[in-house]
Amino acid sequence: MAFELRKTQITIDTTHHDGGELATPPYLRGGICAVVKNPFAGKYVKDLQPAMDTLKPLGIQLAKELLAAMRCEAADIEAYGKGAIVGAAGELEHGAIWHVPGGYAMRELLGETKAIVPSSKKVAVMGASIDIPLAHINAAYVRSHFSALELQVPDGPKPDELVFCLAMANGGRIHSRMGGLEASDIKGEDGLR
Amino acid sequence: MKANVRKYAVTVEETCQEMNREVNPSTRKAVAIAVIENPLRGEFADDLEVLMEIGAELGDVLGRKAVTALGIEPGEAQSFGKAAIVGEGGELEHAAAILHPRLGKPLRAAVEKGAALVPSSKKMGAAGTPIDVPLGHKDAAYVRSHFDGIEARLHDAPRGGEILVAIAVTDSGRPFPRVGGLLHEEAVGEDGLR
Repeated sequence: MAFELRKTQITIDTTHHDGGELATPPYLRGGICAVVKNPFAGKYVKDLQPAMDTLKPLGIQLAKELLAAMRCEAADIEAYGKGAIVGAAGELEHGAIWHVPGGYAMRELLGETKAIVPSSKKVAVMGASIDIPLAHINAAYVRSHFSALELQVPDGPKPDELVFCLAMANGGRIHSRMGGLEASDIKGEDGLR
Repeated sequence: MKANVRKYAVTVEETCQEMNREVNPSTRKAVAIAVIENPLRGEFADDLEVLMEIGAELGDVLGRKAVTALGIEPGEAQSFGKAAIVGEGGELEHAAAILHPRLGKPLRAAVEKGAALVPSSKKMGAAGTPIDVPLGHKDAAYVRSHFDGIEARLHDAPRGGEILVAIAVTDSGRPFPRVGGLLHEEAVGEDGLR
């Protein structure tokens, strides 16, 4: 059961303003997509759970590459998310394999973060886009950090491939002013507040 | 209504087979969409109150539309999600104003309980732009079988001065969940997590 890596693609979105004041530092969002072979394509395989362990090194590798590409230290990252696109010869559940290795890689790299890593997944063709939800790393209800990043690989996933995605951001939305729980007010113990 | 709605659209996706295996009972996801005029298009407004009010209205209307489309009782809903696409005349924060302060409470009423965070996504986009609405279990965010998503897309929205708002509700998790973790049947559903 090998998830042979064909390519990675990194997207860095640096937003300086969205109609309001210039942000210093700018709002930085980064996403990494890994296009890998889907060993389960074309057939129904009942037991998928061993694959979660197999993919742990890839998770760590992608999280590190993304952080480096964003030119950030772990302490600079305040929001994260993950996602998967399953090529047409696979099933939706093959995307779910990514929850554990993708989520735990970022949690480990960013210092045992408390909040759930928000996610989305879909079965789609080559070139499909996916919106990766973003939320605060230690307190899921921090309203300023609810955001998202659209990722797309022009030549993946082929039918027998998977695209595994991770995303991180250095803060909340650029002109966040919706109140609610602020990042400065969190306890960061239960993952929620 | 504060919201000036141009159109609604509701999609129900029912999966009967996965990898040639019968899914019985079939899994079902509904996504209800409203396309509204953006009252703050073309200007930078500090006060987004008008959009927060619209969020409260749409949480109710779209939540009920999705539940109705599934033909279920509110208590039979299992997961939910929300998302918005802002047309070019607005800013990303307009999506936040609709989605976050007030949309959740009426949505939770529409699905009963809803102890968990409502997962969300947002972006700027043109007519025809798709958005993935993340899905999570409505009472216990760590139920692994219910992590999912559904794509919402309308060919003619949002136009530049519009916002597309989508709410998704399901009566089930993924077709054949088998990556372990917390199960729907095991969830306590009190702290919103487990």
